[in-house]
Amino acid sequence: MALSNVLETPAAGFNFDNVARNAALEGLFEGGQTPKPLKTGTTIAGVVFKDGVVLGADTRATSSEVVADKMCAKIHYIAPNIYCCGAGTAADTEKTTELLSSNLTIFSMNSGRNPRVVMAVNILQDMLYRYRGQIGANLILGGVDCTGNHLYTVGPYGSVNKVPYLAMGSGNLAALGILEDGFKPDMELEKAKELVRVAIHAGIMSDLGSGNNIDICVITRQGVDYIRPYQESEYKDNRKMKYKYRPGTTPVLTEKVVSLKLEVVQETVQQMDTA
Amino acid sequence: MLSAQGFGDTGKMKEYHYTGPVEHRFSPYAFNGGTVLAVAGEDFAIVASDTRLSEGYSIHSRDSPKCYKLTDTTVIGCSGFHGDCLTLTKIIDARLKMYKHSNNKTMTSGAIAAMLSTILYSRRFFPYYVYNIIGGLDEEGKGAVYSFDPVGSYQRDTYKAGGSASAMLQPLLDNQIGFKNMEGVEHVPLTQDKAVQLVKDVFISAAERDVYTGDALRICVITKEGIKEQTIPLRKD
Repeated sequence: MALSNVLETPAAGFNFDNVARNAALEGLFEGGQTPKPLKTGTTIAGVVFKDGVVLGADTRATSSEVVADKMCAKIHYIAPNIYCCGAGTAADTEKTTELLSSNLTIFSMNSGRNPRVVMAVNILQDMLYRYRGQIGANLILGGVDCTGNHLYTVGPYGSVNKVPYLAMGSGNLAALGILEDGFKPDMELEKAKELVRVAIHAGIMSDLGSGNNIDICVITRQGVDYIRPYQESEYKDNRKMKYKYRPGTTPVLTEKVVSLKLEVVQETVQQMDTA
Repeated sequence: MLSAQGFGDTGKMKEYHYTGPVEHRFSPYAFNGGTVLAVAGEDFAIVASDTRLSEGYSIHSRDSPKCYKLTDTTVIGCSGFHGDCLTLTKIIDARLKMYKHSNNKTMTSGAIAAMLSTILYSRRFFPYYVYNIIGGLDEEGKGAVYSFDPVGSYQRDTYKAGGSASAMLQPLLDNQIGFKNMEGVEHVPLTQDKAVQLVKDVFISAAERDVYTGDALRICVITKEGIKEQTIPLRKD
């Protein structure tokens, strides 16, 4: 379903084509479980301050109880002035934000303008509502455009909220506690960054699904400062013993060598533009 | 607005006109996480556990060790449902006292293991949701490890990992202590210091990748001199 919303409006109403297919797919895994999608089990937060928006996220991706990725990037690029934090199913957040980003790039090229945050939100909401919650993406969109600094949240069922500060993900309650306590309108940059850092840190310590490092993205009229990682985890895995294996530790049972007979037929040289 | 907590799964299509009875089940069990590990050496035994108590995605306590001292030569590690762990250790303590009073001697590790097996099997149809590992010295003073399943099946091992990160630790122990999957490596017998260092390193690895393991590591080293405990910190996130 790679529709470009900008170039053609999607068909009206709800599309239930995949319901029968999903039911059939579940029947394929008789007895066993359908493969579990990788969830991010996250803490993400955003704060509007005097000159722009600060977004923050942790970097742990879990697959049920196992940490699948210790350094995953949850703050996604949408447009030069809009970034998006994603919580929920990792593939859904990545693909949704990529789709949104391409749509907005086409729009920018067509109209010659930087996209507005409200446009990104509308496209996202439209798409997620159309899929009736099957796309598990909880997103925090933040950006600065000609109308000001904006922070929106979009839920997987298509709900939208415009807010001055926000946290999402499994660690959202811990982070929201910090934000509720420390948020003031029109904060300075350093205070806003510190508030978001403390909020994500609270999520990391209290929530088992969040952990490792903290990424911060600051968006202002002047530009974007994507600091990854803003704060490294203080828990370095320092093991005392070395676990090395000599060559030959794994026994070689049989060896078969197939030589490829290649001859040069034609050689062309093309200069690569590395400027 | 629906809270983000509700979006655990990629949502299933809800039937909006469903008016029939909906079954809600109460589960008597909860999973509180935690990992235990026991290693038997020539004249020592080590029982180690992490100290995190969790439920769902929350942490109940960062200082709840899962090793319980039974006698001067035996320590048991219990992980799984914390309620059952507490009750089971109380029952074992009571039975140890009863044995001491009737037989005028302390129970040996092998005897405790056999007794635990019958205690667990007596609850075959409503089991204790506990993964037990007993570590101690046998009558000859050699290290002994007994590992159990929730309904009482047990065997004597040289090393065993149990609990949430057991699937990650057991292959590592098979390789480093059992010298499995390696060739041409000298089988040096395990010294106490090397064993303790290995246990620490192995738990650091478990805490990296298992969300239920972390906070701190409690190691109990059992020798004929007695039981020495040490606690080292692990990841808290």
